[in-house]
Amino acid sequence: LCHFFVQVENVRLLDRLSSRKSALGTLYLTATHVIFVENGSETRKETWVLHSQISSIEKQATTATGCPLLIRCKNFQVIQLVIPQERDCHDIYISLIRLARPVKYEELYCFSFNPKLDKEEREQGWKLVDLNEEYNRMGIPNNYWQISDVNRDYGVCDSYPTEVYVPKSATAHIIVGSSKFRSRRRFPALSYYCKDNNASICRSSQPLSGFSARCLEDEQMLQAIRKANPGSDFIYVVDTRPKLNAMANRAAGKGYENEDNYSNIKFQFIGIENIHVMRNSLQKMLEVCELKSPSMSDFLWGLENSGWLKHIKAIMDAGIFIAKAVAEEGVSVLVHCSDGWDRTAQVCSVASLLLDPYYRTMKGFMVLIEKDWVSFGHKFNHRYGNLDGDPKEISPVIDQFIECVWQLMEQFPCAFEFNERFLIHIQHHIYSCQFGNFLCNSQKERRELKIQERTYSFWAHLWKNRADYLNPLYRSDHSQTQGTLHPEMAPCNFLYKFWSGMYNRFEKGLHPRQSVTDYLMAVKEETQQLEEELEVLKERLANLQKSQLYDNKTEQRDRGKQLGTSTSNNSLANTPQEYSNDLKSFPSRSPSQGDEEDSALILTQDNLKSSDPDLSANSDQESGVEDLSCRSPSCLPSEDSGKDSDEAVFLAV
Amino acid sequence: MLRSSQPLTGPNRKRCREDELLLGTVLGEGQQGFIIDTRSAQAAKQARMTGGGTEPKASYPQWRRLHRPLERGRPLQESFTKLVEACNDPATSTERWLSRLESCRWLSHVKAALSTACLAAQCMDREEASVLVHGAEGTDTTLLVTALAQVILDPSCRTLLGFQGLLEREWIEAGHPFHLRCARSAYSHARLKQEAPLFLLFLDCVWQLSRQFPFSLEFSEHLLLTLFDNAYASAYGTFLCNNEKERRVECLCKVKESTLSLWGWLNQPAERKKYLNPLYSPNALVIWPSVEPQSIQLWQGLFLRWIRSSQYLDEAWAEVQRLVESS
Repeated sequence: LCHFFVQVENVRLLDRLSSRKSALGTLYLTATHVIFVENGSETRKETWVLHSQISSIEKQATTATGCPLLIRCKNFQVIQLVIPQERDCHDIYISLIRLARPVKYEELYCFSFNPKLDKEEREQGWKLVDLNEEYNRMGIPNNYWQISDVNRDYGVCDSYPTEVYVPKSATAHIIVGSSKFRSRRRFPALSYYCKDNNASICRSSQPLSGFSARCLEDEQMLQAIRKANPGSDFIYVVDTRPKLNAMANRAAGKGYENEDNYSNIKFQFIGIENIHVMRNSLQKMLEVCELKSPSMSDFLWGLENSGWLKHIKAIMDAGIFIAKAVAEEGVSVLVHCSDGWDRTAQVCSVASLLLDPYYRTMKGFMVLIEKDWVSFGHKFNHRYGNLDGDPKEISPVIDQFIECVWQLMEQFPCAFEFNERFLIHIQHHIYSCQFGNFLCNSQKERRELKIQERTYSFWAHLWKNRADYLNPLYRSDHSQTQGTLHPEMAPCNFLYKFWSGMYNRFEKGLHPRQSVTDYLMAVKEETQQLEEELEVLKERLANLQKSQLYDNKTEQRDRGKQLGTSTSNNSLANTPQEYSNDLKSFPSRSPSQGDEEDSALILTQDNLKSSDPDLSANSDQESGVEDLSCRSPSCLPSEDSGKDSDEAVFLAV
Repeated sequence: MLRSSQPLTGPNRKRCREDELLLGTVLGEGQQGFIIDTRSAQAAKQARMTGGGTEPKASYPQWRRLHRPLERGRPLQESFTKLVEACNDPATSTERWLSRLESCRWLSHVKAALSTACLAAQCMDREEASVLVHGAEGTDTTLLVTALAQVILDPSCRTLLGFQGLLEREWIEAGHPFHLRCARSAYSHARLKQEAPLFLLFLDCVWQLSRQFPFSLEFSEHLLLTLFDNAYASAYGTFLCNNEKERRVECLCKVKESTLSLWGWLNQPAERKKYLNPLYSPNALVIWPSVEPQSIQLWQGLFLRWIRSSQYLDEAWAEVQRLVESS
């Protein structure tokens, strides 16, 4: 049930790859979504796009066929519409500009999204990921580390959480003193503790050292970190900026730690470029993705020119360095960049993932993001544009981290409990603002807005649907899931692949259209079910034998069901691409002719699970979302779209 | 689908009634056929100067000619050698890897081969038209296209036995000169004139198909690697010599009498297990690959085979096998 306030008919939705496959339909704008419904008797293919996902809208020159409008989304979907009347196109353009740039948090979807859970369920959802539990799991508090409430009212650092973990010997005085010497007051605090050897990963922002400033408490803070690890007599201080950038910061009164002033530190630069470079890099890569019929040359050159994979590798290398320091050398590491909320977050979470198999489980991964990104004040709002803001703050920081995880999954297919779809779904919702987890710039802001009382937790949603995100190759007793992961650092240039599952997510034609993951999951489930049935039957037989009765009936089992449906997707998988540049060689064919195999992608509730093997995050799992209640009193009643989806499910064939 | 070599039209535009008749019998009344010439239009025209050429439209009115130039010979071997060098070179930084990969052009050749094979398949499956494929000699790119098109079109060519039959038919019996083409592989400095990795290119394309359609081929990557190895150096006689005549008559050691067949070895029950794809599920339909650059990947299993450990990937395959077998 959905209320719309703009409706335009005879709009054409173009397919980037195949000009033959455009669809004609009606365009709707609601308070939260753009919806395109395709004309056609049985198939009512719908494309839904959340306003929050819209990154840019481009009105292109009017042609004979109409007025083209290009919508680019933060989840890399690109929608090309052709609107017959220039006037309508303009109206939609203006409306979308406003809708995609909210000024108040209350405009965001999470405040109206209603999954029909009661108050207690909502609360429980927020409690699913508990960081105190996590630090306990690490073994804290203990002789070396403790929790500190010095920041309980955000009085010391307003972008840090209220509960921080610090070395036992770091008194409140030291913490406060150190915070005054750090950019944004982000003093060194614990990210990860390795109980096997007491080595730790701490994080902070850059010191305000300028050319020669010193701070006793900050020096004491680093000493405290060192002392918290009796197994080593020094700590690494890793600055994840390129050396030149860090040096330039000195002129502004900031900078980096001088080995002469801080006793027993080994200082190391691991250059990762800043948010502006990364933003441009992504931009260039997406331009390559938008090329029409690129040659291999165009693609490879374009990809290299963007520098994207180079940056991914830089983040990965930093994470590997830190993981090695902790696991192999048993040395603690303090990581920082400029403000300690971008590169620092990336690098700490990659290192943690390599070190601790817990973070490679589904739950552990959620905890990792909650710890190193959410609680430590990564600026979700600024970086991902929840609200309209400074475009120079926008940058694909967490996207890069998520890609690092995917690259690792490709190298170590058995090591992660979750699959690619899990990652894509998470990325999607970081931008969707459908849930409250990834709003605002800090814990303080979220508490002020009472996010937990007014929105729902994404983790709960993810957890509920976890069966869809499992990696069938994962076994907790497999060698790849024990201990530290050791990715090769060199030679390994060729090991970083282009992630078409993410950046070409909505172009079904590009991907293997048969999902090995789904098939293996079905196999696994079935095997498990059969084993369980076998157990039950064995028991029953034993009981029967005991009571001297023999039952001749045999049990019927619907064996073929699951396996059958998952491999019968062959019929959905096959349409030729455009192999011939001169279409004139073939008589024109109407779309309905000869393409029967591909016609059946009807997104009904029943065949969702079995029929769609694709990689896009199917919102079919959000079963509670039939009701998209709209607050606006001026909403008109609309027909029942019969749609479960509240995110984009692009059914291009 | 038919294959041949180029017509010997020559500079004087010679005609041959028999050839025209032969091609005429293939098509019914009013039907159209396609000739896929694996040379560029210019190269095909130039061939006339040395006695070759193309089918003139006037003499073959029912046939429409399409040019899809595919690399062969020296340039293809160079491409291969450069790629192997690039993979082996530890000094290539990440910053320059992709441009280095691009400059080898190998992936472009894979894309071109797949596109052309798909075009041939499309002519037959979608347009229901007959196709004649030829290049110059009919022994290299021609076979690449016809063999690949059959893997795309015909599910029986995707079975283990069917694929072997395809290789026998379209490569070995069709006269691909293995002895000349697969003499030295990529490391040799001897720049042999006749050396060219067409067969490897074919195997690479088949690997791309297996990646895009993981359930549709009965055989695994292991088979493709084994075939690659055996084409260059083998304990078996299957890939010896350049054509059937050499194998039977000219070769001092008569191949069929004096050597063992690779197929004989592979198909033994104990051996053949190793070459099967645990995910195989017969797919009766045509498999249409994507030839977008994102869809074509470097065949790491072959090109990085000795360079980086495949331990984790092997473990993953073992896990897949285990899951499927225990079901």
